[in-house]
Amino acid sequence: MYKILKAEELADKIFLMDVEAPRVARHCEPGQFVIVKMDEKGERIPLTICDYDREKGTITIVFQIVGASTEKMADLKEGDYFRDFTGPLGCASEFVHEDIETLKNKKMLFVAGGVGAAPVYPQVKWLHEHGIDADVIVGSKTKDLLILEDEMKAVAGNLYVCTDDGSYGHSGMVTSMVEKLVKEEGKKYDVCVAIGPMIMMKFTCLMTKELGIPTIVSMNPIMVDGTGMCGACRLHVGDEIKFACVDGPEFDGHLVNFDEAMKRQMMYKTQEGRAMLKLQEGNTHHGGCGNCGGDN
Amino acid sequence: MGDVMKKVPVREQDPKVRATNFEEVCLGYNAEEAMEEASRCINCKNAKCIQGCPVAIDIPAFIKEVKEGDFEGAYKTIGLSSALPAICGRVCPQESQCEGKCIRGIKGEPISIGKLERFVADYALEHDIKPEGAKEHNGHKVAIIGSGPAGLTCAGDLAKLGYDVTVFEALHELGGVLVYGIPEFRLPKQKVVAKEIEKVKELGVKFETNVVIGKSTTIDQLIEEEGFEAVFIGSGAGLPKFMGIPGENANGVFSANEYLTRSNLMKAFDENYDTPIAAGKKVAVVGGGNVAMDAARTALRLGAEVHIVYRRSEEELPARVEEVHHAKEEGIIFDLLTNPVEILQEDGWVTGIKCVKMELGEPDASGRRRPVPVEGSEFTMDVDTVIMSLGTSPNPLISSTTEGLEVNKWKCIVADEEFGKTSKEGVYAGGDAVTGAATVILAMGAGKAGAKGIHEYLKDK
Repeated sequence: MYKILKAEELADKIFLMDVEAPRVARHCEPGQFVIVKMDEKGERIPLTICDYDREKGTITIVFQIVGASTEKMADLKEGDYFRDFTGPLGCASEFVHEDIETLKNKKMLFVAGGVGAAPVYPQVKWLHEHGIDADVIVGSKTKDLLILEDEMKAVAGNLYVCTDDGSYGHSGMVTSMVEKLVKEEGKKYDVCVAIGPMIMMKFTCLMTKELGIPTIVSMNPIMVDGTGMCGACRLHVGDEIKFACVDGPEFDGHLVNFDEAMKRQMMYKTQEGRAMLKLQEGNTHHGGCGNCGGDN
Repeated sequence: MGDVMKKVPVREQDPKVRATNFEEVCLGYNAEEAMEEASRCINCKNAKCIQGCPVAIDIPAFIKEVKEGDFEGAYKTIGLSSALPAICGRVCPQESQCEGKCIRGIKGEPISIGKLERFVADYALEHDIKPEGAKEHNGHKVAIIGSGPAGLTCAGDLAKLGYDVTVFEALHELGGVLVYGIPEFRLPKQKVVAKEIEKVKELGVKFETNVVIGKSTTIDQLIEEEGFEAVFIGSGAGLPKFMGIPGENANGVFSANEYLTRSNLMKAFDENYDTPIAAGKKVAVVGGGNVAMDAARTALRLGAEVHIVYRRSEEELPARVEEVHHAKEEGIIFDLLTNPVEILQEDGWVTGIKCVKMELGEPDASGRRRPVPVEGSEFTMDVDTVIMSLGTSPNPLISSTTEGLEVNKWKCIVADEEFGKTSKEGVYAGGDAVTGAATVILAMGAGKAGAKGIHEYLKDK
């Protein structure tokens, strides 16, 4: 059993929790994820690691209500327990293994969409702790749904906030911000890391391809075990089939087949919708991972 | 008294009824039937059946005890060689092991050794007969990676010798393939698997779930930081193979591992559980092994019309005869000498598979006749779900994160058969992680060998 030490609602339907998981906290690196299972009858849900404290032995997760399971998870309070909490899973971000001096000469841009700010945060924080200040674009549908702004500001070089409806920061999508920075402000980036809903990563990749910036994305397909034993999370990267849970979750965004990945993410749409309706009347939702902002 | 040349028949659920539920198919013997079957054993002096058993259970001895009604004694006799008799009695391919060597089998039917072992083990579970543990502890710490049959057996044997044993499991439940792979209708999880594992716990073995070795910690860290003096790797062969044909990523195409994990481990067949499963109306299972039969019979119970698509003929089916028989009884359709070449899809969902007819040519290296496509024989089979059951290979997670651990070209860990010794000092391995996908009983045999090897290594330390 894994104790919840802190539980708070960051924004409407977006929750943050600190969970006691010493083995995960001791070994995790930016870019990795965990799989949580709430209770006996629950499903296994992948969530990216938002932060970690090796000394306290805690992991911070952030999730958004997107289906029946995350809806139930949101009811957990401080002092409650997750039955299962497995990780760290997946590969660490590539830069973790790079030479720091080489890294210092690289200009990095992070693009976070919605709850994607959570997995972007530990990467930017890690770089900051190693003396590297990366630029960060955070996109949100509206001002109310923006999360981790202060935390991000504390570790980023330049932070650019965009909202779809213009209620805060720049008005428009993250892609237009990328374009503006490069084309209008003359910024040069050696690498871009984009994390968020698949549709947002897809369009960011189309933009960075045009701008000639190599781009890494963190894929969030349906997963079951998260250890490479089933292939539920498989996707096409170039001509190859990769399992996101063990080969990724980060891949070269210009090689990922997003259209196929988005279709696969919808596989259980009706079942999830039914499960959600069982819990509460209202909107049905898309399939997926529990941490993206919604693709529709 | 029945015909002495024939096995005492075992009671089974009616095929029409069981095709709609997940209850165990085979109901097993009662005491009377078991004693009658046991009395068919002629108690050979040089018993061939023992040679056929990978862990060399003293079969004539326990059968004699069954015949005399001493079921507790029979359980203890089996316990000297096997830690998981309720499981092996159910899932071993006895026809090619113990029963395949039985003298009775020459003129008539062999003794039903598997069903008798199962009866004895179930009797012990029902009557809560405890296994015998070590009298004193020797203080040596051993780590076991994986809680499947190899790991459980190794852990049980070492605990009996007095070792302080901890088993690390990546999933949230213990049992490996016994819980995620083999379905409820062949191997009940609560009634049998959980109780057998409880007996290993009673020997003093500790278990830690949700620990992925290679990620949550590494073997080197277990040795250097946590004080383990020896490690046994029983991590299995859980990496699924796909065919590499067009359309394989369409919605509705699953690996058998995913399909069975959803149904068995996550209980997706039960609507009180949260994990979904795409049941399918018409399902093709590609492959002919036990896993293919399990996936097919699971899909059938979820309400689908199910076809087994296999590229060789019935004679080459690698699945157990009993399972093929059960599958046919339940209404699984066999499309033999047929090979998929493309998965057809519409809007991302499977609509059918394009297949080609095969014929058997010359024998290949494995001695089986190689299937060759028949030119111009392509046809389309309309299905909405495809389950790929083409075998599995070891997950490279452990071998790639352990310094100095030798693997062969199939990514299997190199270990000797007698003691499970690997290229790394203090590290032993066995089961599917070493051999590639094989059987439960062979994994148990390897677990025993590993325990022997570790004992040899540590006893004088």
